[in-house]
Amino acid sequence: MNLLESFRSGLQAILANRLRSGLTMLGIMIGVAAVIVLVAFGQGASNAVTGSIEGLGTNLITVFPGAAGGSQSDASLAVKDLTVDDAVALNDQVLSPDISAAAPTKRARVTCTFGALSHSTAMVGSWPAYFEISNSAVSEGGYFTNADEVDGRRVAVIGKTVADDLFTDTDPIGKEMICDGVPFTVLGVLVEKGASGFGDQDDTIIAPLTTVRNHLTGNGSLDTIAVQASSSQTQAQAQVQLSSVLDDRHGVDVETRDYQIFNQASLLATVNQAVGIFTALLGAVAGISLLVGGIGITNIMLVSVTERTREIGIRKAIGASRRVILLQFLIESTVLSLIGAFFGLVLAFLVTRVEVAGIQPTIVPASVLGAFAISVGIGLFFGSYPANRAASLRPIEALRHE
Amino acid sequence: MIPVLDLVDITKVYGDGDSIVRALDGVSLTVNTGDYLAIMGASGSGKSTLMNIIGALDVATAGQYHLDGIDINTLDEDALSIVRNRKIGFIFQSFNLIPRTTALANVELPLSYRGVKRGERRERAKEALAAVGLSDRMHHRPNELSGGQQQRVAVARALVAQPSLLLADEPTGNLDSRATADVLKLLDEMHDQGRTIVMITHETEVAQHADRVIVLMDGRISEDRLNR
Repeated sequence: MNLLESFRSGLQAILANRLRSGLTMLGIMIGVAAVIVLVAFGQGASNAVTGSIEGLGTNLITVFPGAAGGSQSDASLAVKDLTVDDAVALNDQVLSPDISAAAPTKRARVTCTFGALSHSTAMVGSWPAYFEISNSAVSEGGYFTNADEVDGRRVAVIGKTVADDLFTDTDPIGKEMICDGVPFTVLGVLVEKGASGFGDQDDTIIAPLTTVRNHLTGNGSLDTIAVQASSSQTQAQAQVQLSSVLDDRHGVDVETRDYQIFNQASLLATVNQAVGIFTALLGAVAGISLLVGGIGITNIMLVSVTERTREIGIRKAIGASRRVILLQFLIESTVLSLIGAFFGLVLAFLVTRVEVAGIQPTIVPASVLGAFAISVGIGLFFGSYPANRAASLRPIEALRHE
Repeated sequence: MIPVLDLVDITKVYGDGDSIVRALDGVSLTVNTGDYLAIMGASGSGKSTLMNIIGALDVATAGQYHLDGIDINTLDEDALSIVRNRKIGFIFQSFNLIPRTTALANVELPLSYRGVKRGERRERAKEALAAVGLSDRMHHRPNELSGGQQQRVAVARALVAQPSLLLADEPTGNLDSRATADVLKLLDEMHDQGRTIVMITHETEVAQHADRVIVLMDGRISEDRLNR
C-alpha cells in the first residue's frame, strides 16, 4: 500500500466521522491560528515601532540639554545650554569624521492661519541639513536654503497634515500663512510619513532657525542638536566623537555631563528585543493551545482504535502487517492534524487582515511553516500511542471484539 | 507432493498453573491440494482454536504445522501476516467486511497489502466479484448488501489473491436457507475448480458438501470419515 493510497484511506476514515473529526481539527485549527496570529501581531508591533523610530531620521543621534538622571540634583554643576556653536563644532570633519551632519533645533508651539482656516502645531526651527537628518523630503515645492537661514527669511516647509488642514484644496506652494502673527511663505510640502507610536509625524512645520528665534522663541537654549552618523555601522564611533567634542566644549566628563544623548540604533535594538521577548511569550502561550489540540487527537484516535478493533482484526487476518496498521493510523492522525492546520492558516489569514490598536499584523512566513511542521509533528507524536495500540492488537482477539 | 496442510501432534494450552486448559490435545491432520474438508464439533471441542492455528492467526503451544511446506510455528507476527496474505483466504461467519468501504475496495484489500498495482488490483477484484455474481453490486457498501451478498463479497475477497487454502469458519451460520444454498454452491464450484477448502461448521447438512469430515471432541479428533 503506497503512501498516496494510505492518505486517501486516512481521509476516508476522517470523513466517515465528520462531526468528531471536525471537533478534533478545531483544536489544532485554533492552536495553529493562535500561533500564527500572535506571532503576526508581534511582528506587526515590531514593524510599527521600528517604522516610527526610523521615521525620525536616518542614523539619528539626538543631543538634549540637561544632565541625565540623579546627577541633575547636584546644584554645584552649572548646566550649559546647547548652542549653535556646539552644532557648528560637531560639523567639524576633523574632530568628528563619522558625523555627516549636525543641525540645531528649536521648537515653537504655533497657531497658523490661512484665510478662515487655522491649525495648531509645532514649528521646528533648524538648518537645511535637518531635512536630510530627519528623513524629511519634500513631495512638492522645495527646501529653504542656507541663505534663507542666515538672513532669517520668513519661509517654511509644511507637513502633509498641516497642508491638508490649512490649505485643503488650494496649492500651498508660494502661499503666505500667518503663524502667531508672523507671516511665512510656504516653500514645500513634506512627503507623508504616517501616524506612529510617536504621534502624527506629518503634523509639523520646518522653518529656518534664525527666523524662529528672531520672531517666535528668542535666543534661549536649543531644544536639541540632531546629529546624523555617516552610516549605521559608524553610529557608535559617531557617538563617541560627539561626546568628546561636547565634553571638551562644556568642560565636563562622563560623570558631570550636562547633556544627554539619544541614539536611534540603541533604542531600536532595545525596543526590538523587548518586542521579541513579548512575541516569543505570546507564541509560547499559543503553543500551549496547540498542545491541547494534540491531546485531543490522541483522545479521538484512541476512541477510533477501540471502535475499529474488529476492522483492525479483519485487516490483520487478511494480511496487514503491524507496519501497515501503524502507518494507517499515523497517517490518519497526521491528515487530521494537517487539515486542522490548513483551516487554522485560513483563519489566521482572515484575522490578520484586521488592524488592532493601530498595529497591522504581519504574517511571518517562518511561523506558517513552523505551525505546519509542528502540526505534522503533533499528528505523528500524538497519534503514535493509539497507532501503536492498534498495531499491536492480536488478530484473534481483535476479530472476537464486538 | 507437499500437502497443503500438515499438522503433527498440535497442542494448544491456555492459561497456566491450576487453571490450565488444553484446547487442542495432539491433533494430527493432513490436507492435500484440492481437498474439501469439513471440521465439525460441539462448542468447546476446540474447533475454533484449530481454525485459528490453521489460519495462522495463532501459534500452537506444541507440535508441528506446515502450510504449503512452510513451518508456521517458527514465524514471528509479521511473517505470519505475510503467510495469511499469500496462502490463506478467510471466510468468516459474520462476513467481516470493512464497513463504509465498497465491495470492490474490500476485495482489493488483500492485493493492496501484497503490493499489487492499483490498475491490476482493480481488474482482478472486478473479476473475482464477477465470479461470485456481484458485478452489479461492486460499488455498494456492506450495509447496502444482504447477508448472502456480503458473504459472496467475502468469498470474492478470499479468492482474489489466489490463496493455497480457503478457510471458512461457519460460513453459513448467519445466513438464511437460500443464501446458505448460494454460498455452498459457490464453495462447491471452487472445489470443482481444484481449490483446497477447509470449512468449520456444526451443521451436518453443510458438512455434507465436503469430501471428508473430521469431528473434534475435547481437543482430539474423534472421527475422520470420507463422504460419498
